[in-house]
Amino acid sequence: MGIGIVSAAYIAATVLFILSLGGLSNQESAKRAVWYGIVGMAIAVFATIFGPDSGNYLVLIIMMVIAAVIGAYVAGRVQMTEMPQLVAALHSFVGLAAVFIGLNADFELHSVLAMDEATRETLTGFAKKLAQKDGAEIAILKVEVFLGIFIGAITFTGSVVAFGKLAGKIDGKPKKLPGGHMWNAVSAAACLILGIAYIAGAGVWTMVLVAIIAGFIGWHLIMGIGGADMPVVVSMLNSYSGWAAAAIGFTLGNDLLIVTGALVGSSGAILSYIMCRAMNRHFVSVILGGFGGDGGPAMEIDGEMVAIDADSVAAALEDADNVIIVPGYGMAVAQAQQSVSELTKRLRAKGKTVRFGIHPVAGRLPGHMNVLLAEAKVPYDIVLEMDEINDDFPETDVAIVIGSNDIVNPAAQEDPNSPIAGMPVLEVWKAKQVFVSKRGQGTGYSGIENPLFYKENTRMFYGDAKASLDQLLTIIS
Amino acid sequence: MKIGAPRELHEGEARVAMTPESAAQLQKLGYECLVESGAGAAAGFSDAAYEAIGVKVYKTPAPLWKAADIVIKVRPPEGPELKRLTKDKLLISFFNPAESEEAMQQAAKQGGNVIAMEMVPRISRAQKMDALSSMANIAGYRAVIEAGNNFGRFFTGQVTAAGKVPPAKVLVVGAGVAGLAAIGTSTSLGAITYAFDVRPEVAEQIESMGAEFVFLDFEESQQDGAATGGYAAPSSPEFREKQLEKFRELAPEMDIVITTALIPGRPAPKLWLKDMVEAMKPGSVVVDLAAERGGNCDLTVADEKIVTDNDVTIIGYTDFPSRMAAQSSTLYANNVRHMMADLTPEKDGVVVQNMEDDVIRGATVVHDGEITYPPPPPKVQAIAAQKPKDKPKELTPEERKAQEAAAFREATRFQIQMLVGGGILMLILGAFAPASFMSHFIVFVLACFVGFQVIWNVSHALHTPLMAVTNAISGIIIIGALLQIGSGHWLVVVLAAISVLIASINIVGGFMVTRRMLAMFQKS
Repeated sequence: MGIGIVSAAYIAATVLFILSLGGLSNQESAKRAVWYGIVGMAIAVFATIFGPDSGNYLVLIIMMVIAAVIGAYVAGRVQMTEMPQLVAALHSFVGLAAVFIGLNADFELHSVLAMDEATRETLTGFAKKLAQKDGAEIAILKVEVFLGIFIGAITFTGSVVAFGKLAGKIDGKPKKLPGGHMWNAVSAAACLILGIAYIAGAGVWTMVLVAIIAGFIGWHLIMGIGGADMPVVVSMLNSYSGWAAAAIGFTLGNDLLIVTGALVGSSGAILSYIMCRAMNRHFVSVILGGFGGDGGPAMEIDGEMVAIDADSVAAALEDADNVIIVPGYGMAVAQAQQSVSELTKRLRAKGKTVRFGIHPVAGRLPGHMNVLLAEAKVPYDIVLEMDEINDDFPETDVAIVIGSNDIVNPAAQEDPNSPIAGMPVLEVWKAKQVFVSKRGQGTGYSGIENPLFYKENTRMFYGDAKASLDQLLTIIS
Repeated sequence: MKIGAPRELHEGEARVAMTPESAAQLQKLGYECLVESGAGAAAGFSDAAYEAIGVKVYKTPAPLWKAADIVIKVRPPEGPELKRLTKDKLLISFFNPAESEEAMQQAAKQGGNVIAMEMVPRISRAQKMDALSSMANIAGYRAVIEAGNNFGRFFTGQVTAAGKVPPAKVLVVGAGVAGLAAIGTSTSLGAITYAFDVRPEVAEQIESMGAEFVFLDFEESQQDGAATGGYAAPSSPEFREKQLEKFRELAPEMDIVITTALIPGRPAPKLWLKDMVEAMKPGSVVVDLAAERGGNCDLTVADEKIVTDNDVTIIGYTDFPSRMAAQSSTLYANNVRHMMADLTPEKDGVVVQNMEDDVIRGATVVHDGEITYPPPPPKVQAIAAQKPKDKPKELTPEERKAQEAAAFREATRFQIQMLVGGGILMLILGAFAPASFMSHFIVFVLACFVGFQVIWNVSHALHTPLMAVTNAISGIIIIGALLQIGSGHWLVVVLAAISVLIASINIVGGFMVTRRMLAMFQKS
């Protein structure tokens, strides 16, 4: 296959990737769009393999077959509640690959530069491209290699930590070394110095060091971020994996890599932005961890939490016409989505309007709740976004909060001193009655008291979400 | 220590500050209880009932005052009572400190201490001892009952065999505790109830009680109840004019008017004027709960019921709580008992008057020979409904146009700044970077633009599939590895092979899981 055909294939792949992302604008077209992505990827990979610059087919095919088996196995087995950790794990692969490819580029560069004129003529593939570069181009190449390795290493260790936290293998609480962000700053400065040394001609050891130090930054940065900020972290790592791919694209002079990397990078950036806006926090403050300075004493909460039993909840649901369910991470932890779905089905069968209100940062991954509910066969047209449903709470008879806390905290609107003041929240307290399914009396992840639990129209339905709902299902037929 | 409750001297006062029930509670706090013979008789508590739980009964007031360390009463001290408040004795009762300068001076001179029940601040912690509220609640209820007693018709509308009866229309002016109690009683009797208050934030409470809020279209009506301790403040003359105009309009329709408007420390505002009474239908009733403070109605005569020439009954009783002495004594005695509980932190029968405590400090008007009235403002804000959020102001079309234009200009300026800044950056880059880099850079920038445009349209519900699919396509990094795997260098081949492996996992896993997820989304 000539270089022209390979280029044409790349153009086709690029277009297909864009269509694939664009198709995600609604559920139906998305089902088709994913095929665009698959076809685009197939075209790109085949064109490269059979193009002029590849080789070593035996190794290649063995690797790809092994990978395909692993990938298919993982994708087939993963639970929907485990999606966040799967996504994080996949990000780490991209990061690691970027580091390796970056290092490779440097090795190649060295071996090419060591060759004499005659040998260079015989080169093929990537090495040939390197051989044609002049001084300035080599300097630029080195910058690109540096960036690719730096971003790739941060993505790799960051994603590994994010994976550990999401999978519960690492404690989800924010942890930092004494000295906090000074470590990150010093490490970043060290990387920069090493990078400059490398461009000035120092050996490949500088890049290995950069990879190690950047790996430390990624580890330390993500260790310092708490569990509920993971939606931002995962989308940020998503973005980084894209930028890493783009940097490698520059290194290799490959436009397809650049375009795809840029698409992925901007996608992750937008997701992070949406998540941050949904928490009314700045990206930097989320990434640097912890809530911003304390603005003063929190408002005193009057009243007490009143518990309720399943019979009374069932009676209230029987009387209600309009029900809104607000799920949160607690639903995923308790694996209660099937029970929620069953409850929804039974209530809908009785002619009641049941809808779901989803906060953008509910769960540990953007859109996590939607996927869980879809898995439990809750029709997606009754699952609404916060902005779509917030005005309907005053006309709602019963709002059920399942395993969410901060996203329904009225302090965000009522208490200017609250750490989450100004965060858009689901206004469940405006419903005539609110039932909160919650394991105990503790505060949410952010440690903020939730005045919702003390409101007159709120009743606490204590217990594991799944157990509570199953109890309800025995009463509501 | 000993707590004594003398008989009330005020004529017609039937209440008593200690009931057998509250005495039992006070004993648990470590106090010995004393009562004057016949103190509870009018409220239905006999001497025997007190004696039965171990309360010592005194025949005359003088020895009781002498024996007691703490004297609890309902009405402010009268006649010889103040003289009996000797050194270190504590009097707990209504005291009306705003108008009892002399009495306070005398008490201070004698070295007595006074806690005035009406000075209990309106914070949630002190609600249990808020005697004004418990009395007002009873007054509100009783006002409706008195009105009904003097009103010749049903409250509720009925269709009987003998013909149709229209429901009574009741207007309640002032939706404080008494007003709300009156609204509740009136609506539960079936009357159509209207209510008015100068504090717009109580509209929600009024409506929750089943009455209709009489809305006044006036900008200055934004009084903040929380700033004045949950009470109303005087309103401007223009506002008052508007208010009277509204009442004048309502007067002919109303069968029963219950006025409860009071401003702390001032005579009651005149709200129901002579001409309004004249406009009312014969047989209508006005109950003026503010009669003690001069009345909200022009024609009110305190402590009396009068009938005007046009046959409107105006009730100016000032003793509504006393007319329900059993109920009001129970509640008042409980309020006092709660106050004592706060004054006795150790439950050992010894009063500790902690002047750092907001509630105790606020209620104490004479302490250690000094007048401590008025108290400093409480540290905790009064309970009052939250100020309603300012509604977004309705903009005129011109204003909106101007605003839009300004926003547009702002956006334009921002974009131009970004473009110029970006352009300069590009120029600098272009001046130094080689041409081959620039051509790739163009592709990169365009791809970012396309990416931003495309991703904004992605449905929020599909963000997880979006992440999975971007994960899969970021496996495109495999191309880099594919280009390097043909190298002659063994280390390069190994690293490239590993890269191929993990990038392929990404591609296969990412796409398959995306497909699985998307297949789950079902329409109902």
